[in-house]
Amino acid sequence: MDDLAAIVFLTAAATLRTATPLILCAMGGLFSEKSGIVDVGLEGKMLMAAFFGASAAALTGSAWWGVAAAIGAAEIMALLHGFACITYRGNQVVSGVALNILAAGLTVVLGNAWFHQGGQTPPLEQAGSRMLPIFFPHAGDNILVYAALASVPFTWWLIARTRFGLRLRAVGEMPLAVDAAGVSVSWLRYRAVLLCGFFAGLAGAYLSIAQNAGFSRDMTAGQGFIALAAIIFGKWQPFPAFGACLIFGLLDAVAIRLQGVRVPGVGEVPVQFIQALPYLLTMFLLAGFIGRAVAPKAIGVPYEKEH
Amino acid sequence: MTAPPAIELSSIAKSFGAVRAVRGVSLRIESGTIAGIIGENGAGKSTLMSILFGLYHADGGEIHIGGVPVRMESPHDAIAHGIGMVHQHFMLIDSFTVLENLVLGVEGGFLLSDGMARTRAEVERLSGEYGLSVNLDARVSDLSVGEQQRVEILKVLLRGARILILDEPSAVLTPQETDRLFLVLAALRERGVTVILITHKLREIMAATDRVFVMRQGELVAERRTAETDPHELAELMVGRKVRLQIDKTPTHAGSVMLRAEHLRLVDGRGVPLLDDVDLELRAGEIVAIAGVAGNGQTELLQVLAGMRAPTSGSLTICERTFDAHRPGDPAGRRAIGLAHVPEDRLRQGLVAPFQAAETSILGYQDEPRFNPRYFLDRPAIARHCRDLMERFDVRPRLPRLRSSQFSGGNQQKLVLAREMAQEPRVLLVGQPTRGVDIGAIEFIHRELVKARDRGCAVLVVSVELDEVLSLADRVLVMFGGKIVGEVEPAGTDERRLGLMMAGASE
Amino acid sequence: MKLARGPLPRWAEILLLPLINIALAFLVVGIIVRIIGVDPFHALDRLVLGAVGSPESIGYTLYYATNFIFTGLAVAVAFHGGLFNIGGEGQAYIGGLGCGLAILALDRYLPGWLMAPIAIAAAALFGAAWAAVPAWLQAWRGSHIVITTIMFNFVASALMVYLLVNVLIAPGSMTPQSRNFEPSGELPALPGSALNLSILLALACCVLMWLFLWHTRWGYALRAMGHNPEAAHYAGTDLKRMTLLGMCLSGALAGFVGVNELMGVHHRIVLDFPAGYGFAGIAVALMGRNHPVGVVLAALLFGALQQGGAELAFDEPRITREMVVVIQGLVILFSGALEHLPRPWLAVLLPRRG
Repeated sequence: MDDLAAIVFLTAAATLRTATPLILCAMGGLFSEKSGIVDVGLEGKMLMAAFFGASAAALTGSAWWGVAAAIGAAEIMALLHGFACITYRGNQVVSGVALNILAAGLTVVLGNAWFHQGGQTPPLEQAGSRMLPIFFPHAGDNILVYAALASVPFTWWLIARTRFGLRLRAVGEMPLAVDAAGVSVSWLRYRAVLLCGFFAGLAGAYLSIAQNAGFSRDMTAGQGFIALAAIIFGKWQPFPAFGACLIFGLLDAVAIRLQGVRVPGVGEVPVQFIQALPYLLTMFLLAGFIGRAVAPKAIGVPYEKEH
Repeated sequence: MTAPPAIELSSIAKSFGAVRAVRGVSLRIESGTIAGIIGENGAGKSTLMSILFGLYHADGGEIHIGGVPVRMESPHDAIAHGIGMVHQHFMLIDSFTVLENLVLGVEGGFLLSDGMARTRAEVERLSGEYGLSVNLDARVSDLSVGEQQRVEILKVLLRGARILILDEPSAVLTPQETDRLFLVLAALRERGVTVILITHKLREIMAATDRVFVMRQGELVAERRTAETDPHELAELMVGRKVRLQIDKTPTHAGSVMLRAEHLRLVDGRGVPLLDDVDLELRAGEIVAIAGVAGNGQTELLQVLAGMRAPTSGSLTICERTFDAHRPGDPAGRRAIGLAHVPEDRLRQGLVAPFQAAETSILGYQDEPRFNPRYFLDRPAIARHCRDLMERFDVRPRLPRLRSSQFSGGNQQKLVLAREMAQEPRVLLVGQPTRGVDIGAIEFIHRELVKARDRGCAVLVVSVELDEVLSLADRVLVMFGGKIVGEVEPAGTDERRLGLMMAGASE
Repeated sequence: MKLARGPLPRWAEILLLPLINIALAFLVVGIIVRIIGVDPFHALDRLVLGAVGSPESIGYTLYYATNFIFTGLAVAVAFHGGLFNIGGEGQAYIGGLGCGLAILALDRYLPGWLMAPIAIAAAALFGAAWAAVPAWLQAWRGSHIVITTIMFNFVASALMVYLLVNVLIAPGSMTPQSRNFEPSGELPALPGSALNLSILLALACCVLMWLFLWHTRWGYALRAMGHNPEAAHYAGTDLKRMTLLGMCLSGALAGFVGVNELMGVHHRIVLDFPAGYGFAGIAVALMGRNHPVGVVLAALLFGALQQGGAELAFDEPRITREMVVVIQGLVILFSGALEHLPRPWLAVLLPRRG
C-alpha cells in the first residue's frame, strides 16, 4: 500500500515538476493572446530567460539575481515583440519565429563566448545559486513551483475581476470598441506583452536554476510550444489551460516511466507517441473534433486607426 | 431670452480629395427635440454627423454646443461635450455580457466589482425611465439586433450624453423593433435629451421627428417642421429635380427569358433575411435596373445571381441551367454559360491590386483556351487582349504591364467594366455601372450597355443613381428590405413616386 | 507616434527597403560580435574567406545554398497564396523519410538513373502529404495553418525518432540511423565537397516555380488568392482546393531537402538532418521577396554564411557556428516583422511623385 502511495506521490511530483514551466509560460502567453497578440515566441523568451538566469546565478552566486536576470531577458524579448507587432504592426507570427531563432542562436553564441563550455553555463554548485525544494527534498518543490501554482488564480483574477482584465479581453476581441471607449489600444497590448515576458522569464528561470543546475543549449526543447498548445487546449481560459498543462506534464512523467514497459493489451507504447500527444490532441481540438476552441476575435490583426 | 440651441453648426464644409462631401452646411437644433436628417446615399448626412462627433475634422465652419463654441478633435471631445453616437455597426463585444460592455471604459476603480454594481444600479434607473429594458447578464451574441441597439443607447446615456446621434438606426431592425425604438426616443426627449436621427426612410421621419433637415449633394436644401410637411414633399426635396440623361436608344425587343429567379431567399448567420422571396425575370435584349437605397439587398442579389453566394432557398434559372440551394453553382460555372458580372465594389472584388493590368484583364477568364494555348498562359496574347480593352474603353495609360493599383480609380473601374463587357456575354450583371468614373465615361458606359442590349444581351443593372436607372433601363424594379417592392416603367415615372417606393413609404 | 504608410517608389520597395533591412540586421550582428570581443571586420574577413576562399569552400557554400533554395522556395510559394507555412522543418524531415524509404526498398534492384527520379518523387510526395494535412485542416476545418504546421514539426520529429530508433535502425547499429544506401541510391557529388546533383534539381525548381507562378493559370489563381481572396473567389477559384495545392507544392519543395541531405551527403536516413533549414527558409523567402531569383540570391548568401560561419568558428573559438542562426533570426526580424521600420524615414527622403 505504501508503495502505491509512493508511486502516486512521485508521479504527482514529477507531473508538477514538468508542468511548472508549462504553467508559467501558458499564463504569460494567455495575457498576450487575450490582448490579441499571437505569441509563437514563448519558446524563445523562455530559452533566453533560462540562459540569462543561469548566467547571472553563476556569476553572482545568487538564485534571486538569476531570476531577476531571467525576467529582464524575457522582458527585452517581449518588448521587441511588442515593438514589431504593436508599434510597427508587423506580422506577429514572423516576429515570434524570428525571436525563437534569435534566442536559439544567441544563447549558444553568448554562452560559448562567456563560459567556453560549448554553450552551457557553469553548473550551479554554489549554495544559494539554485532554487531548492522547500518541503519535500525529493519532490523538487521549489518556490517557483508554488509561484506557478499561484499564477493560475492570479491570472484568472486579473483577467476576470479587474478593470485591466476587462479591457484586456476587450482589446483582443474588438480593439475598435476599446479605442472608442477612450482607452489606448497600444498601451494595453504593451502591458499584456510585458506580463507575458514576466511569466515566460519565471518559466525560463525555473528550467535553468531550479529544475536543472545550469543552462544547456536548446533546453526548452519545445516546451514553449507545448505551453502554446495548452493555451489553445484550454480554450484561452486560465484554469482549463492549467489543466492542459497538468495533462501534458503527466504525459511526460508517464512517458519516462513507461519506457520499455509493456502495457497489457497494447504492447509497448512508443515514448515518442506520448511526446507527440499534446500536439495531436491540440490539433484534434482545433479541427473541431473535440469541442471548439474559439480564439480571441482580433488575434493576430494589427490595430490601425481608420482616420 | 430663450435657451441657446443644443447644437448650432455654421458653414461646415468637408472635402475628400476632389469630392465635396459637405458644402457649407448651417443648421440649429433646439434642445429637447428630435431632429431628422434625410437624404439619399452620398448626400453628406453621415459625414456631417461624423464631423459633429469628432470622427472627421471639418475643413471649415464652427460648431456650438449649448451656445458655446467648441472644437471637436476626436470622439473624446464630443463625449466630453455630452454628445453620444450610436453607429450603424455596433461597437459591442459579442462574447461579453451586456454589463461588461456597458462598464468598459467607465469602470471606476481597479476592481471591477464596484463599477459593475454601480453601473447595474444606474442602468436599472435608466431602463425604468426610458423603457430600455435589457438583460444585463446576457451575452451580446445572444441578443437580438434591437436589444443590441438598446445596449448601445444605454452605453451612450451612461456616459452622460445629452445629445444622441443615431446613424440609420432602423437599418437592421424589424418594424416592431423600430416602433419600440421610437418610444424610447420619445421618452428621451421628454427628459430633455436632444436626438438626431440620420435616415433615408421617410416613414421614420414622419413618425419620430419634430423637425427635418433635407440634404442633397452635400448641401442642406430644406428644413421643415415635420408636422407641416408630408412624405411627397420630402421625397421630392430629397431627390431633387434631376436632369434626365439622354441616351439614344430604340424601344426594346425583349426576347426569351435568360434569367429567372423564383422565391429567392438568403438568410445570414443571425437569421436576418437579406433577400426575401425575390422573383425576377430578365429577357434577352432588355435592360432591367434595380433601384433602391444601398443596403436593401441589391448587393446580395447580385452575389447570388453571379454564383458567389449560395441562396438559402429558392431557385434560379440562367441560360436554361437551373441552380438552387443544393446546387448553387460557382462563378466559374456562371461564366461558362455566358454570364458576366461587374461587381459593385470593383476595386475590392474585381481586381487584384498588385497584378499587372494585363493580368487583371483576364481575371475570371484565366482558364479560357484563348489565353492557354497549351500548358502556359500566352502572355503576349493577354497583353494584346488588354491593350485592345484599353483602346476600346479608353483606359489610360495604355500600359498592360503597369500594376493595376497604379491606375487612377476611374481607369481601374473602366478596365474591369471593359473586361466583362467585352466578353459579349448572354447575361450581363452590372453593379453601380458608373460609380467612381468621370462624367465623360458615364455616357460612354451607358452607350456600351445599350449596345450590348441591342446585340441581344440580357442586362441587369443595380444602381443607387436614380437618373441613371431611369434613363438606362427598359424596366425598373425597386428593392427595399430585401424584397422587390414594385416595378415601374421608366418612361412615365416621376422620381417622386420612385423615391417613395425606395424609402418604403408606399407600394 | 504617427507612421507614414504610403507606398514608396517601386525600386525602393524592391531593392532599397530589403537592403536597408538586411543592413540593419548585420549592424546588430556586428554589435554582438563586438560584445563577444572579436573585431567585426576581422570576423567578416574570415567569414568571406571561409565561404568562397577555395574551391572546396565554394562547393560547401553551394551545397548549403541548395537546402536554402528548397526551403526558401517552399515558404515563398505558400506566401504567394497568402499561406504562412512554418512547417518546412517537418516537411523536409518527412520528405527525407519518403526519399529514404524508396531507396531502402529499391536500391538493390534498380540502377541509379532509375532510382534517383523515384526517390525524388517519393520525397516530393511525402513532403506534400505532410503539408496537405494542415492545409486540409485550415480549408475544411477552420484551424489555422500557422499553429498546425508548428505542431506538425514536432509530430514529424517524434515520428522520425520512433522510426529510426525502433524500425529503420540498421541491424547491429548503436546510433539511430538506417543502413547505408547502395551506390544506386547516391547522387553524384563533387569530390571533396558535399555539393551534389541536387543543386541542379534546386535550380530546376526555381525555373519551374517561376513558370508555374507567372505563366500558368494555376499560379495565376494562387497569386490572386494570396493578394485578394475575395477577387479570387469572384474569379471562380475554389479557395479550398487552391489552399491544398499551394501547401502541397510548398511541402514537396521542402521535402527535397531530404534529397540533398540523404541522397547527396549522408547516404542513409539520419536524425535531425533538416537542422533548421525549414525555419531559415522563412528568412530566405522574406529576403528574396518571394521571387525565385531573389530566393537564389538569398540562399547563396545564407549558404555562404553557413559555410563561412563554420570556418570562422573553427578559426575563432570565441564565435560558434550558431552565429549563423543569430543572423537568420535577425534577418527574419528586420526584413519580416520590422519591415516597416525604415519606411517613414524613406518616405521623407524619397517623396513620391503625384
